[in-house]
Amino acid sequence: MGRYVLRRLAHGLIAILGALLIVFVAQRLSGDPVALLLPMDASAEDAAAMREMLGLDRPIPTQFWVFLTDAARGDFGESYHWNAPASELLLDRLPATLELAFAGLFFALLLAVPLGVLSAVHRGSWIDRGAKLFALLGQAMPAFWVGLLLILFVAVRLEWLPAFGRGSLCHLVLPAIALGWYPVAAMTRTLRSAMLDILESDYVRMERAIGLPESSIVWRYALRNAAVPLVTLVGVYFANMLGGTFVVEVVFAWPGVGRTVVEAVFSRDFPVVQAGVLLSAVVFVVVNLVVDLSYGFIDPRIRRD
Amino acid sequence: MSLLAVEELRTHLFLKRGVVKAVDGVSLSLDAGEVLGLIGESGSGKTMTGLSILGLPPRPAGRIVGGSVRLEGRELVGLDEKTLAREVRGRQIAMISQDPMTSLNPVFQVGEQVAAPLRAHGLARGASARAAAVAELDRVRIPSAVVRARDYPHQFSGGMRQRVVAAMALACRPQVLIADEPTSALDVTIQVQFMDLLEEIQAETGAALVFITHDLGVAASLCHRIAVMYAGRIVESGPTRTIYTSPAHPYTRGLLASVPRLGEPRERLYGIGGAPPDPLRLPGGCAFHPRCPEAMEICRSEEPPLVQLDGGHSGRCWLHEQDRGRRRELEPGG
Amino acid sequence: MIEGRFPWGSAAILGVVLVCAIAGPLLTPHGAGTISLRDSMTPPAWADGGAWAYPLGTDNLGRDILSRIIAGARVSVTIALYAIVLSGGLGTLLGMAAGYFGGIVDSVISRLIDVQMSVPAIPLAMLFAAVLPPGEGMVILVIVLTYWTWYARVVRGDVLSLRERDFIALAKVAGVSTPMIFGRHLVPNLLNTLLILATLQFGSVIVFEAGLSFLGLGIQPPQVSWGGMLADGRNFIEVAWWLITMPGLAIMAACLASNLLGDWLRDTYDPKRRQL
Repeated sequence: MGRYVLRRLAHGLIAILGALLIVFVAQRLSGDPVALLLPMDASAEDAAAMREMLGLDRPIPTQFWVFLTDAARGDFGESYHWNAPASELLLDRLPATLELAFAGLFFALLLAVPLGVLSAVHRGSWIDRGAKLFALLGQAMPAFWVGLLLILFVAVRLEWLPAFGRGSLCHLVLPAIALGWYPVAAMTRTLRSAMLDILESDYVRMERAIGLPESSIVWRYALRNAAVPLVTLVGVYFANMLGGTFVVEVVFAWPGVGRTVVEAVFSRDFPVVQAGVLLSAVVFVVVNLVVDLSYGFIDPRIRRD
Repeated sequence: MSLLAVEELRTHLFLKRGVVKAVDGVSLSLDAGEVLGLIGESGSGKTMTGLSILGLPPRPAGRIVGGSVRLEGRELVGLDEKTLAREVRGRQIAMISQDPMTSLNPVFQVGEQVAAPLRAHGLARGASARAAAVAELDRVRIPSAVVRARDYPHQFSGGMRQRVVAAMALACRPQVLIADEPTSALDVTIQVQFMDLLEEIQAETGAALVFITHDLGVAASLCHRIAVMYAGRIVESGPTRTIYTSPAHPYTRGLLASVPRLGEPRERLYGIGGAPPDPLRLPGGCAFHPRCPEAMEICRSEEPPLVQLDGGHSGRCWLHEQDRGRRRELEPGG
Repeated sequence: MIEGRFPWGSAAILGVVLVCAIAGPLLTPHGAGTISLRDSMTPPAWADGGAWAYPLGTDNLGRDILSRIIAGARVSVTIALYAIVLSGGLGTLLGMAAGYFGGIVDSVISRLIDVQMSVPAIPLAMLFAAVLPPGEGMVILVIVLTYWTWYARVVRGDVLSLRERDFIALAKVAGVSTPMIFGRHLVPNLLNTLLILATLQFGSVIVFEAGLSFLGLGIQPPQVSWGGMLADGRNFIEVAWWLITMPGLAIMAACLASNLLGDWLRDTYDPKRRQL
């Protein structure tokens, strides 16, 4: 288990290093930062001085090393637009994004777990067919469109819930549904096929043979076995949802990391963009690490090896 | 009145390719404390008979289509799932399944799994269910049961897992225990240990036992009576001694020939030629006739009736008339 | 929904999308950019105040929604085709190299796949949008960078098992050059899989491109895109429901059709591989 954790940690670090490299390359692609920072009529000496100050006269590997050490300290430079350190700016907005992402995940599970279990238990019934249809439609609807439809029907037409902003729990509902919509399909299908296998297993037959109530066989004894494939999927789709927050936050004017980064792209506020990209990579890696480690808690067989 | 009476039980499997008559008119009876061996090759319907007694034919294909199962006079066929689960399964009739490696839920502690039937049947709750589970594990001779109760199935060996399965089945003191090839997946030495344990526990609790196996040798040491199944039907049944000394059905004789005996060289691994029939296309007449060394013309066209022989011995074969005559010659005073 | 039957509906929808993409300008009742302020905010023909001149209604500038959806198909399909060919090509090449050569090549490429997969696609798109001029080229680049791993992972696995087969070993012994082995022996055996992946990718790319264009980071006006139409319509969500429903339905139909067709292809030609 210890070695397994170390290996996962190393993989995570490599992934973050890779993300840093991508950001660094993109930064160099963005053209000469000196030209961007200096007034048009600056002299060649000014430019050279600026270059030296920014360390751009040093060899590329040295520059990358400086970039890495800065990144390790969380220093991605000042936001041009907000006049604040980019990382601080985004960390301030991170709770809002995480709140949205977890709410989305909660919604997805809230729908997928009963749908997946019931369509396995009642295979071929109307609920199974309905879930399948729902899954097909769900996978073809982009999150931002679901968001727009929710605003149109629930907020504008029915006036049930607010369409924009963050505040009460009511504000969270629509963005969470929009974000959680897409993973429902895959989670339902995975859970269904896992449950189908489990419900035909010898141990479920044994549990039936000793007279355990069917409801507790399904929802307690079988479902915990289905948790491993489900958690794997949660890991995969949580990453997907982190990407989704960028779009959903824009749709619902949610004051999180995603919307800030999208705005930064428009104002060419590069420090914020690179900090945002790295932040998502770090969150992604952490989430996957947590998922990997959680297997041990769900499945005792993994704990020992 | 016998404790368990199965009459003309029929369980069919409705598959895409056709209907399999897995249990085709099986009748059995079992007295309190009795051990009945249900013998046959794989696919003969013995497991399906066990499951049908519990009202658990495999879903969604399997269905009990006829016959009756009476426990202390109470009809079980047709009872709803809830009642069966609450009052019968685990409480009055329990089952030990074939493969201990797959019969335990991998993500629950074994103590929890042994406590589950006690909780489900309202015999104990909370901490006392847990303590009772430990006592059950102790009864099946699991060393340091208090500690082991917190372990998960993968931490046990095959033989130990089968003991846990037995503890689960016996936790609520059922009157009838169905053991479906409980040792076929175990090593030989472990098999012997488990058989000894089963015998002890059976004697201790007084539960009647239906012992399902393909191995007549194993059955001989444990069972009072034996019923032999072929293609969903019982072809011969009687007291164990009678079955061994004077088997009436050619199929039983074939099975006996395949039992290795000490000191005798084993000529053939299996005494019966050919393979079990395709359950979707059973031969007409007696289902055994294509493999039967003594098949006659009538066997191809007409199914033999179940004929009562002497001393609680009955068989389903056209040879019985001749057979009876021959046995009288062999057994003086028989 | 019926297992095993060819999804004619899906094929028809994809056919319509392709025809719109190829012959778009000949089909549109109005110019995609033709402004007619007099007719602005006309609802769809079947709704109150609608007119059959504008079957799906008009936007705030009186532009015909149907014509714009047809025009948007061309953009979506063009980008999807480029993205499929380029990401498929790149991924297949890297996957084949990793599977065929093994060793250090495999380690490097596999690690690269891991890294790529740990940077979520949309933030990556943000990064490129911030440093590159927005437009089709940037969108295609981001999609290729995101999707090559689809192909690389699957192809690597397939080649790993193909490599052990006799005909590859024979070709090697016979001194056939590596490019020949790739082209003559590996690629033909991968075609089924590649076709399935490409079909499934088509729908995914359309949604992805729409998302970028919706954010204003993808296709730039005056070029028409489904995502861009949704972004425009969003400002009028309280008065004109058709502006956000119609382009969304187009996206959904195209994506649904490609998913169903891809599923059918997979179940029919590669039933072992349920995880694609």
